[in-house]
Amino acid sequence: MSEIKAKGYLSPLSEEAKTSKWAYIKEWLCSTDAKRIGVLYLAFATFMGIFGGVLSILIRIELAQHGTVLFEDPSTYNALPGLHATAMIFFFIIPAFTGVANFVVPIQIGAPDMAFPRLNLAAFWILPPAALTTFFGFFLNSLPEFGWTAYPPLSNNVYSNMIGADFWVLGLVLVGVSSTMAAINFLATIFNMRCKGMKMFQLPLFTWSLVVTSFLILAATPVLTSALLMLTFERMFPGAFHFFNPAGGGDPILYQHLFWFYSHPAVYIMILPGFGLISSVIQTFSRKHIFGYALMAWSMMAIAVLGFLVWAHHMYTTGIALEVRVGFMFLTMLIAVPTGIKIFSWLATMWGGSIKFDTPMLFALGFIAMFTIGGLSGVVLASVSVDIQLHDTYYVVAHIHYVLVAGSMMTIFAGVYYWYPKITGKMYNRFWGKVHFWITAIFLNVTFFLQHWMGVKGMPRRYYDYDPQFEWANAIASYGSYVLFIGQLIFVANLIWSWKNGEDAKANHWYGDGIHLEWFIPSPPDHHNFHEPPEWKPIVRHHEHPDQPAGLWHSYKD
Amino acid sequence: MAAKEASIMEGPGAGEENLGVTNGKIGMWTFLVMDAMTFAGILAGYARIRWGSPADAPWPDPLDAFGVVGIQLTAFNTFVLICSSVFMVHVLAEQMRGNMEAAQKWLMATIFGGMIFLGIQAFEWTHLIIDKFGLVVLAGCNENFPATFYLLTGFHGLHVAVGVIYNTFLLVMMRRGKVTEEHTSTTEIAGLYWHFVDLVWILVFTFVYLIPVHPPGS
Ligand SMILES: [Cu+2]
Repeated sequence: MSEIKAKGYLSPLSEEAKTSKWAYIKEWLCSTDAKRIGVLYLAFATFMGIFGGVLSILIRIELAQHGTVLFEDPSTYNALPGLHATAMIFFFIIPAFTGVANFVVPIQIGAPDMAFPRLNLAAFWILPPAALTTFFGFFLNSLPEFGWTAYPPLSNNVYSNMIGADFWVLGLVLVGVSSTMAAINFLATIFNMRCKGMKMFQLPLFTWSLVVTSFLILAATPVLTSALLMLTFERMFPGAFHFFNPAGGGDPILYQHLFWFYSHPAVYIMILPGFGLISSVIQTFSRKHIFGYALMAWSMMAIAVLGFLVWAHHMYTTGIALEVRVGFMFLTMLIAVPTGIKIFSWLATMWGGSIKFDTPMLFALGFIAMFTIGGLSGVVLASVSVDIQLHDTYYVVAHIHYVLVAGSMMTIFAGVYYWYPKITGKMYNRFWGKVHFWITAIFLNVTFFLQHWMGVKGMPRRYYDYDPQFEWANAIASYGSYVLFIGQLIFVANLIWSWKNGEDAKANHWYGDGIHLEWFIPSPPDHHNFHEPPEWKPIVRHHEHPDQPAGLWHSYKD
Repeated sequence: MAAKEASIMEGPGAGEENLGVTNGKIGMWTFLVMDAMTFAGILAGYARIRWGSPADAPWPDPLDAFGVVGIQLTAFNTFVLICSSVFMVHVLAEQMRGNMEAAQKWLMATIFGGMIFLGIQAFEWTHLIIDKFGLVVLAGCNENFPATFYLLTGFHGLHVAVGVIYNTFLLVMMRRGKVTEEHTSTTEIAGLYWHFVDLVWILVFTFVYLIPVHPPGS
């Protein structure tokens, strides 16, 4: 057996693992090193992302033409949108950010590892069984057909009497447990394990975003869990529990309140880490400090707080009082203010910078341009009168995909490209990186832009078939989605190929412009990150400070 | 400033910049935020169903549903749980004085209190299921009365059971000398959980048993 050669944290720890491939793999799977767990998270998220992508392709094939295309039985189709959403939200986007954060956050704050390494490993290992449970219906040919929202009465045992639905609910509860464990771990790590000089308002914005996201997870996820618990009891013991059943004195709208109390903040759980990450990317590739650092941190907190006060904007058509709806409309539109602060601060960071258009920066720029579209359509949907028309149409589908594909997914790509040299010690293939960016940027618009129009014209979401007038637009969307999907396979292939064949990465790989601690240790980092506890030389953010006259780049070592 | 790590809390310790408490304590506090929100979700559901009851299926008055003796028994149970919480404070106090013998005795009393609480609750559940509303209803009333009752008290009872196991584990660690007078933060963390369970019970008790449907004088 040949010896396993790897540097830094990738190198085998035990003597046995140096020569045996299996021992090496086993060492990885049981490792409590946050960096290795981060890579495991990313591998898992990649796998689930492809799975969710395949589901979406099946949806688009069926919708490419009017009438029956792929599924003879519409009920098979009915299961797909919900499962696609579940796979992408709970098993792709959230684990992908958790993975990146596991790798980066302890290093950025100058800590050797996460606060609870074993809890960290456990949180990861809950995910694969949770995924298996959630999608167990595939093996039983009994898939839930109530979408990812699972509204009763559609999801109760009368209308969804399939065992696959119970597995789905159980799987979601498990995912909630896993992400809560990760959130507890991040908070303890970031609050308590910072190195000398790393005050809270010196934290890199990516780390800041994890503080805010973790609080969102802690406060929001359990409410979903409580709703799912009630739903399960009602499904299991329909004679005794009637929480959502009006015939037994319950209230179906109650489920929607609880569900959206989680699921609106969930959107911020999926985008705030991206916000933080983009801040790192933009400052590195503009060679300028982030503009308005303190406001950037405070605006994330403002988004988080407001995010808890807007959930009923998903429920404008449920018959809640007009005064209540108008209140929620106002609060929802208010979120555009802190979000606007962030967008303009990124633009101001680039202003006058020496910008380099590497792939991470391209994704950051694509994100700013297209996430803004998603933000603006969000303001449109927030308006009560307009939303009553657009509710449950393809306009909502277009909006959420501009937020999650152009938002979360592009920021994940930016982050993975940005830290790829650090994680693997190798450089990805630049050419294919740029190809991946342009395919993604162009074809996500091909796929989703016309869906705004379909929605305005009244095409409902989640339906198996549609009015023939939408056929041409759906065909364009379907072909767009095929190319978009193939583009993502290029990304995965590039990363795998480059890990073996890429050129070696430098420690501070991006032109020496990285200013956070991860760029001052080797690529890939060693086990336990730092050989001696690092010291952070605080960034002075006043203009024209004698130590750092305007325009002078922060240097970590004097 | 950086507090000492307890021996059973493995993993890296606090960094140079910290909040002046152990990692474990931040972990417990943040866990309790999560747990509090779980109860908040269920309690909000309870409130919505109770105060949104349709006129033809009103919410039964707790006094009628449980009877005076039933409420008195649960009030006694509440008293037991509060006492148990107080005992937990004594555990920590004795540990800080270095008096591990006394600390273990107080901890045994704490565990005993939790067990009495569970025993009385088990008795109450059995009695209610068999003799009173069981899994069905008081005639003409909202059928969710028993449903929410079992969900809320059951979920809380589960927490008490976990707490009893947790405290027993702590007692074993003290007996074996793995938790000594040095490791006050281990006890503090267990105490946080136990006081939280107590606090939540006060809310559950108030909502489920005490707030009347017909306020006195109406
Ligand atoms: Cu929302």
